[in-house]
Amino acid sequence: MARAALILGEKAMAAKGDKILSPHLQVYRWGPHMLVSILHRATGDGLAIVGSLLFLCWLGAAAGGEASYAKFIGYIWGTAGEPMHWYNWLGRALLVGLSWAFFQHAASGLRHLLLDTGAGYELKANRFWSLIVASVPALLTAALWLYIFYRGV
Amino acid sequence: MGNGTHLGRVRGLGSAKSGTHHWLTQRTSAIANLALLVWLLTSFLTNDVTRLDAVHRWLETPFAAVPLALLAISVFTHLRLGLTVLIEDYVHDDALKLISLTALTFYSWGGMIFALFAIARIALGGGHGG
Repeated sequence: MARAALILGEKAMAAKGDKILSPHLQVYRWGPHMLVSILHRATGDGLAIVGSLLFLCWLGAAAGGEASYAKFIGYIWGTAGEPMHWYNWLGRALLVGLSWAFFQHAASGLRHLLLDTGAGYELKANRFWSLIVASVPALLTAALWLYIFYRGV
Repeated sequence: MGNGTHLGRVRGLGSAKSGTHHWLTQRTSAIANLALLVWLLTSFLTNDVTRLDAVHRWLETPFAAVPLALLAISVFTHLRLGLTVLIEDYVHDDALKLISLTALTFYSWGGMIFALFAIARIALGGGHGG
């Protein structure tokens, strides 16, 4: 199907006299390996920008003393004994998102380390492990936050 | 023209001289990140990090301060390499690319040194009650 579309596309372009373009999003049939590939980049860049900024805010607030740390925790997590503010929900959603991004980036990163050895390129194996890498991090994230929720914070 | 001797081929990596540093450092820091961030996550779960006194008690031992300092180094090394590729792939304007890459260099070094300073301050007992 995708191949036929590609050939038709090439013929149409050749007829118009345009240069043939390399296969693009519209022509490729999406597979789990493509999902894992773009997720690796998206989660990595998300962690690099949002995650590192939050890490620096956390360390800076902790080094600044009681007042700044209480303020930081009050924004991101919520103050003990006080009702949750709307921004605490955002802060906690951010932490859930970052934990998923970490699990996702770690899983696809491990896949990359394995692919670097030359293994795992066979179509079936590649598809199978891509599906595992695309789904297990979400389960790990759910398990982590269910644990935190039921343990109580 | 021949292909040269084995030694000559190893030494002569072309005008770039090196092409593997980014690749290798990205993988080395990735392995360090994985180990250290799993450690950080378990530390967050076993210490009440919503309280500063608990953070101090945790970071006052070298067994926490040293890995956290290593984590800061490896995370900022890794994110610089990753975001470099992002900029190179998506920023096509030469001037904007240069500015972005320079800003990234400043951010990754600045962030790393800031984190190390903050960790040292907490680990060595500063910032109490302030």
